[in-house]
Amino acid sequence: MIEHLPALMIAVPLFGAFTTPLLKKNYKAAAVWATLITAVTLGMSLLLVREVLIREIMVYVFGADKPTLVLPSGYRVPIRIIFEVDAMGALMALSATLMSFIGALYSYSHVRNETGLEKYYALLLLLEVGILGMVLTGDLFNLFVFLEIAGIAGSALVGFRNYRGEASEAGIKYLIVSSVASLMVLFSIGLLYGEYGNLNIAYLSTQIGFNTVDIIALGILFTSFAMKCGSVPTHHWVPDAYTEVPSGINPTLLVATYASLYALFRVSFSLFGKVSSEMSSVGWIMCVLGVLTMFIGVTMALVQKDVKRLMSYHAISQTGYMLLGVGVGLAVLNDPAKLAAFGRDAMAGGIFHIINHIIYKSLLLMTAGALFYVTGTRNLNEMGGLARKMPYTTVAFIVGAAAISGIPPFNGFASKFLIYETAYQLNPLLAIFAMVTSVLTLASFVKVFASAFLGPPVKEYENVREVPRSMVIAMIILAVLCILFGLFPNVVLDKLVYPAVDALLNLSGYQTWGGVL
Amino acid sequence: MNWLESLTLKSPAGFWNPLLWLLFLIIFAIIGYIIYSRGNKGYKPNTEQVKPFISGNAVEDIEQIRVRASDIYWGFIEALKGYYTILMRMHTGDMRDYVLWYLGVGAIILFILVGGV
Repeated sequence: MIEHLPALMIAVPLFGAFTTPLLKKNYKAAAVWATLITAVTLGMSLLLVREVLIREIMVYVFGADKPTLVLPSGYRVPIRIIFEVDAMGALMALSATLMSFIGALYSYSHVRNETGLEKYYALLLLLEVGILGMVLTGDLFNLFVFLEIAGIAGSALVGFRNYRGEASEAGIKYLIVSSVASLMVLFSIGLLYGEYGNLNIAYLSTQIGFNTVDIIALGILFTSFAMKCGSVPTHHWVPDAYTEVPSGINPTLLVATYASLYALFRVSFSLFGKVSSEMSSVGWIMCVLGVLTMFIGVTMALVQKDVKRLMSYHAISQTGYMLLGVGVGLAVLNDPAKLAAFGRDAMAGGIFHIINHIIYKSLLLMTAGALFYVTGTRNLNEMGGLARKMPYTTVAFIVGAAAISGIPPFNGFASKFLIYETAYQLNPLLAIFAMVTSVLTLASFVKVFASAFLGPPVKEYENVREVPRSMVIAMIILAVLCILFGLFPNVVLDKLVYPAVDALLNLSGYQTWGGVL
Repeated sequence: MNWLESLTLKSPAGFWNPLLWLLFLIIFAIIGYIIYSRGNKGYKPNTEQVKPFISGNAVEDIEQIRVRASDIYWGFIEALKGYYTILMRMHTGDMRDYVLWYLGVGAIILFILVGGV
């Protein structure tokens, strides 16, 4: 049973996605069914994490006599679709399943007045399938297929409130951006397939050189995944999509964005890991994009008056920290002394920031959704004095805002602490930009807090009340995680993050499918 | 104390222990409370004393005087007007521009990787 976990992680939510439309006549049943499916998938991902931490790499070969039979007798190259799950993939799978569950829970009340909810939940589960496929697969073409699934499901969800023109526009934009990125990914996969005749990432990484065709493939893959993860200056789709998507989908869409970041790391460290000496320049490109992303993202956020748009720009800004952290590690990948001195910690900071950001940004976007739920507007100019009416949402917002601003002892601080210190060792200017960005982030959230929650009460909202219980529970779970991850960062780092970093650095383990040969 | 050390996050140049930080926070909060409790006891709630005083002028309707989100940091935004003009020009909302940015960035990255820089 355990050996089939990687396949079941896809099969269960896929089964849920195809059965949810059968509950068309009862939206509550559809919501409960989807929540149940996400809860089961979350349980399986916890088991998967446990297994991967024991075995280091889990392999699943589709259609083989045994799930671990990578090379049937007589074959010198893998021919079947192979899932290869290491600690990095397992960490992302855990994030995806946790956020899908939280999103489904939050959606129960948040979208209950919408129509077509069976499609909503089916798409949520399909989005989860897309993300899980991307982070579990060890096959390049399979990665493209799941990237497409996530892109199509995501764009349908962005445009879900199609009675709003802006939502339809954002959905179409997301679809076009996803299609352009996916097509270019497919093109570069075609280049590599034409050259090496195989699609398995582990096998390709043993063969790859750094000739012109490889470089072109790398450049296209890098740019496409950078656009899909919202890196500046290809970030424009993010505010549109995050603002218009229902807040219950925001957590899963956020993980979908970081699944592309995962793909970027997988390409850089695993697929092209063999040519680490050439990857230093890629690391520097990542660092520069990271700094640009964090600074432009935060300065754009500062001038927004739409609360979700403001938070969307912050999502862009925080992606910069992840790019910077992992970029520092990639820049010193070919220098063992620097990698041991600060590169590994930089990568840990970047990857820890992915989890932290997924948690607190989901929380913040949910609080924005709660504000929209009670006021019917996202315009901060029209809000005020809501802290008295919405105490749980206010506390959740304070925790999320403190975490994103890097205020101790919340989770954002721990990862930023690692990024500041390690980036400083590569180049002090990088750390200065990162710290200035944090200050501006705090300033921006002070603005949201002052204008939405503080100040005199607004007459229109005299009778508003706290949001329904399922929304409060979802927000409280995330707020508690922000506090726990901040108070005990070492536990998360030792159990999840450093194994993920080491998995990315352990190229020989990945190339031999965890030693199953 | 092994358990305390196990909760200490060690970085290349220092360390971070959130529990120690909390302990110091509590100590400083107590010190702050002691200073606060030694303050002026002349405060009388629900009297004229607690009403806002704006140089003797009548106080406007409370909703009229609230600071709206667009007004916060106007000085900062005004000072960086040139920077924001460029940023706004970048964010056209036009899908064709999104694809152009993608092509531009892709071209620059390929140029760097192929050996142009």
